[in-house]
Amino acid sequence: MIPVRTKKALSDELAERIVVLDGAMGTEIQALKLVSADYHGKHFEGLGNDLTGNNDILNLTAPDAIRDIHLSYLAAGADIVTTNTFNATTVSQADYAMEEYVVEINSEGARLANEACDQVMAAAPDRTCWVAGALGPTNKTTSISPDVNDPGYRAIDFDTLKDSYKQAARALLVGGVDLFLVETIFDTLNAKACIFGLEELFEETEERRPLLISGTITDLSGRTLTGQTPEAFWNSVRHARPLTIGLNCSLGAEGMRPHLVELSRIADTFICAYPNAGLPNEFGEYDEQAEETAGFVREWAQEGLLNIIGGCCGTTPAHIAAMRKAVDGLPPRAIPARPPAMRLSGLEPFTVATGVSA
Amino acid sequence: MSASGSQFVNIGERTNVTGSARFRELITVGDYDTALEVARQQVENGAQIIDVNMDEGMLDSEAAMVRFLNLIAAEPDISRVPVMIDSSKWSVIEAGLKCVQGKAIVNSISLKEGPEPFLEQARKVRRYGAATVVMAFDEDGQADTADRKFDICARSYKLLTEEVGLPAEDIIFDPNIFAVATGIEEHNEYAIAFIEATKRIRAELPHAHVSGGVSNLSFSFRGNNAVREAMHAAFLYHAIRAGMDMGIVNAGQIMVYDDIPADLLERIEDVLFNRRPDSTDRLLEVADEHRNSGAAAAEKNLEWRETSVTERLEYALVHGIADFVVEDTEEARQAAERPLHVIEGPLMDGMNVVGDLFGAGKMFLPQVVKSARVMKQAVAHLTPFMEEERVASGAAFKANGKILLATVKGDVHDIGKNIVGVVLQCNSYDVVDLGVMVPAEKILATAREEKVDIIGVSGLITPSLDEMVSLAREMKRQKFELPLLIGGATTSRLHTAVKIDPGYDHPVIHVNDASKAVGVMSNLLSKTARDGFVAQIKAEYATAREKHAGSGRESKRQTIDGARANRAPIDWSDYQAPVPSFLGTRIFETFDLKELRDCIDWTPFFRTWELSGKFPDILQDDIVGEAARDLYDDAQEMLDRIVTEQWLKPRAVVGFWPANAQGDDITLYRDAAHKEPLAEIHTLRQQMMRGNNGRPNFALSDFVAPADSGAIDYFGGFVVTAGAEIDAIANRFEKVNDDYNAILAKALADRLAEAFAERMHQRVRTELWGYAPDENLSNAELISEEYEGIRPAPGYPACPDHTEKGTLFEILDAEAATGVSLTESFAMWPPSSVAGFYFSHPEARYFGVGRIERDQVEDYAKRKGMDVETAERWLGPNLNYNPDDHADRDAAA
Repeated sequence: MIPVRTKKALSDELAERIVVLDGAMGTEIQALKLVSADYHGKHFEGLGNDLTGNNDILNLTAPDAIRDIHLSYLAAGADIVTTNTFNATTVSQADYAMEEYVVEINSEGARLANEACDQVMAAAPDRTCWVAGALGPTNKTTSISPDVNDPGYRAIDFDTLKDSYKQAARALLVGGVDLFLVETIFDTLNAKACIFGLEELFEETEERRPLLISGTITDLSGRTLTGQTPEAFWNSVRHARPLTIGLNCSLGAEGMRPHLVELSRIADTFICAYPNAGLPNEFGEYDEQAEETAGFVREWAQEGLLNIIGGCCGTTPAHIAAMRKAVDGLPPRAIPARPPAMRLSGLEPFTVATGVSA
Repeated sequence: MSASGSQFVNIGERTNVTGSARFRELITVGDYDTALEVARQQVENGAQIIDVNMDEGMLDSEAAMVRFLNLIAAEPDISRVPVMIDSSKWSVIEAGLKCVQGKAIVNSISLKEGPEPFLEQARKVRRYGAATVVMAFDEDGQADTADRKFDICARSYKLLTEEVGLPAEDIIFDPNIFAVATGIEEHNEYAIAFIEATKRIRAELPHAHVSGGVSNLSFSFRGNNAVREAMHAAFLYHAIRAGMDMGIVNAGQIMVYDDIPADLLERIEDVLFNRRPDSTDRLLEVADEHRNSGAAAAEKNLEWRETSVTERLEYALVHGIADFVVEDTEEARQAAERPLHVIEGPLMDGMNVVGDLFGAGKMFLPQVVKSARVMKQAVAHLTPFMEEERVASGAAFKANGKILLATVKGDVHDIGKNIVGVVLQCNSYDVVDLGVMVPAEKILATAREEKVDIIGVSGLITPSLDEMVSLAREMKRQKFELPLLIGGATTSRLHTAVKIDPGYDHPVIHVNDASKAVGVMSNLLSKTARDGFVAQIKAEYATAREKHAGSGRESKRQTIDGARANRAPIDWSDYQAPVPSFLGTRIFETFDLKELRDCIDWTPFFRTWELSGKFPDILQDDIVGEAARDLYDDAQEMLDRIVTEQWLKPRAVVGFWPANAQGDDITLYRDAAHKEPLAEIHTLRQQMMRGNNGRPNFALSDFVAPADSGAIDYFGGFVVTAGAEIDAIANRFEKVNDDYNAILAKALADRLAEAFAERMHQRVRTELWGYAPDENLSNAELISEEYEGIRPAPGYPACPDHTEKGTLFEILDAEAATGVSLTESFAMWPPSSVAGFYFSHPEARYFGVGRIERDQVEDYAKRKGMDVETAERWLGPNLNYNPDDHADRDAAA
């Protein structure tokens, strides 16, 4: 059964103000310094596989810790919390041989996020808090061969990945998520498989949720890992008619800026960005302080680039609180009108205008 | 207006098994590497979208589609453009859609089987995020009248936009182009029907596109390409004006609407618009006389001489006709206020047309070089007048930018560099060409003096790679900021990224194609595009370096001892080596050019001109055929002169010596008793892991009887040259601004040298060494190496060390015998020369040494009396390790 929701539609809110998404889950969990026994909990006590580092399993084994992270972000002023399900697909859970728990991890993930939101909304009836079901990129790629000697080989095919996404998404939908966040996309074909699975799910359940789609620019080339420019990426996923398109992770706010400007210029939908707290130092830690990140974010908002802002790796409730403060009162980005055109892409965009030639 | 109008999107069709016999053949035999080259070339030639079709009865089309699209995904040069996934089977289309991360086009869906399957497929198209071609086809068949074409498209449009929610701008209608002038009355309206339907679609079905396959139109004139081209050009002219904005068009179709002879055009348009009952007959009447009037024969047709001087100059530039250029230029000069205005006006306008056609893949390199010749001759005529004026006033022509070109120190090969220079000149860049064997100091000093904007260096042999690396470092040291362009046959994007780029902080760009040089130059000199372009290249190279570092290039190798244990298993116990007809050297001072001409392997000749395809098929190729035929005709004409006027004096020296293998070396003796050693030839052994595949780890020494076998054996060597005269001949052409013939002469001399080597080897086999006296092979069999024994060349895969050429030259006394000398990088001067070894053993075969390990390099260095570092420098491209890593490790240990 899918619960009937009566929350304000996020799209209405986006027309009025810049909405704040939560910050990192993974680095917040790391900060708890959990040990193997915590990951196993009572649920998997004595299980042979080592579950250390399987953050998603904590939905089952340490639910209070996850709910507390959600609450801390809501307290910092986040409007949207993201479920702790980044790796909760059979494809990714295969690393821990935990594929059979995927449905449970996702439905519990949705439940924990909902409980946190409900608690906050009960205390502050004027607030609306939304739950976004996170669908990560998985650890496989449909566009690149892992075998250097056979560039035509693929470790996973479109249909297998699509079905895996669909299974996870179904559990999130049943668990009551308000939105889906297809995030950290480094291979657009993976994202297209995810979108395809979601569309099938929406058709079967006759229930639809808005999509937030977020790619990641992996390095200074300004392209995704599989080589697409931001505009080519947008052209490839625009058919999903997402509520937002955006970027997250990798470069940090400073490095993300030019690509965000580009997307903001071309995307005829809302923009969502959630950068890392800078670039990691040599120990893999993020040093950028809340005020620094918020400083970049304020500039973006002033330039009219933002509809949703949040944080990725290394950001904390302090970062989110600072961002919230930085964007408060600033108007949201207006969606630009773009003339209709056939906007194709390979690694680069190619547009065929529709203007009728005289 | 022409078919290349800016609104018109040309879809590449060479990766379509139903459209290209060559591609079908490649896919059927599973040669996907070459098939990828077809795709790459298409993109390089300007295809904005590539159509991929695998509909062939003998193929598993789904598997072929998936494999090809997956391979394309790994080639950023190809996958940067969108794909059109083309099949008559939906299952093949769907399999393809699951492989592309970009937004593709489906070709095609239709109402042929009724609305249900149509809607189902359309929903999937939308869900996979593609655009789609929709054929004007319904349950009653393909639409042939304008009304039915439009009605089916309108019905499809309504279903797609209202029921499926497919955006109208993602719909491309194909309202069927059918053959006209077939003699069947019902067909007379087909062209009008398409054009009328197109107009209505564009007016009444907002945002939808119109496409079509144009070649069907002229089906009844197959065999008469001139008339077909004219029909296509005329039809496209009208269809594009009616709103057709995409099309699968043969890019080799160079004909421009305005070039169609007036009488032919009138008759074609009579047919297209069905203007008279006898249209077809009237077109047939003139078809034969126009059979040879296509762009190919334009040179012979002098009608264009009747037009204005501006038009005549443009025509001469586009068609590469130099015959009248001086008189036309003079006429234009007299009419112009200043001589400079002739360059800036009609001449530049004409070259811009050439540039556009080249960029669009509608003209090819030999044609462009011919255009450049016309341009240069026109400019040469104007120069004295401009000089006079400059002295008087100080005004001068402003070029787009200035580039210095040079072949690096130690290297003598310059055909590719010269082609780049010509292409740049015809795009109004100033070119300072320093020629060949240019030391870094001279390059840099000249760059300063001449205030160039860009430096471009070229090289063909492997040692030149090192020279480029040091040039880049030197530029950094001298605080240069100019971009450095890298080109030439042994250079590669990866080598540039890994070895050259890190040494210099400013742009370093690998440009291996004349056709790419202009784009790179204009990006580098553009105020707006430069930073983005440079950042993108730097980032691409950084990514290439990372990938390279992580790619496991250092694949596992056999130890040298292990490899030697797996030498070629030749049984020498009863071996009776054939005895050469003479020992020592013999000089050949006169050789019949006519005899060499017949041995030419033409395929590489066309490759020099960036025309790819196998000879003789290339002459009939749909796209490059015409350019190839013209070039071949010019080559034959020049060969006639080379032979009759004795332009060249080919010379050769051949030697045979008693020999035995000693490990991986071959010892040559002065005497038949194998007592007095003359020289050592050092060979390298393959070190790839062989596992259980039973293949040996070859070294050339395996093909000579080892000393301990007791068998007497022999070894041969040779140097042949087409003749040093070629340099003076090319210079003569260059002096009269005829780069086309200068390059042609050098390219032919190269071919004659190769032919000479081939012919000499034949004489060695049948006569001089005489081990195969009864051999009787055709030229094709010779080219495919179907003979016994081999003639590997130092610097090539079987013996990659160029320095072995030094030994060979010494024992042959080659410089005295033939006039061929070696540079410090062991390149031969003149470049039209070939050197190599002869092996007679029936099991001798060509192989590539491949990557070798440090154990062999250390051993090899010791055998050669070199230090390891020097050996590593010469063997750089063959090292299976990074010598710098080892230097560190050694220092640490």
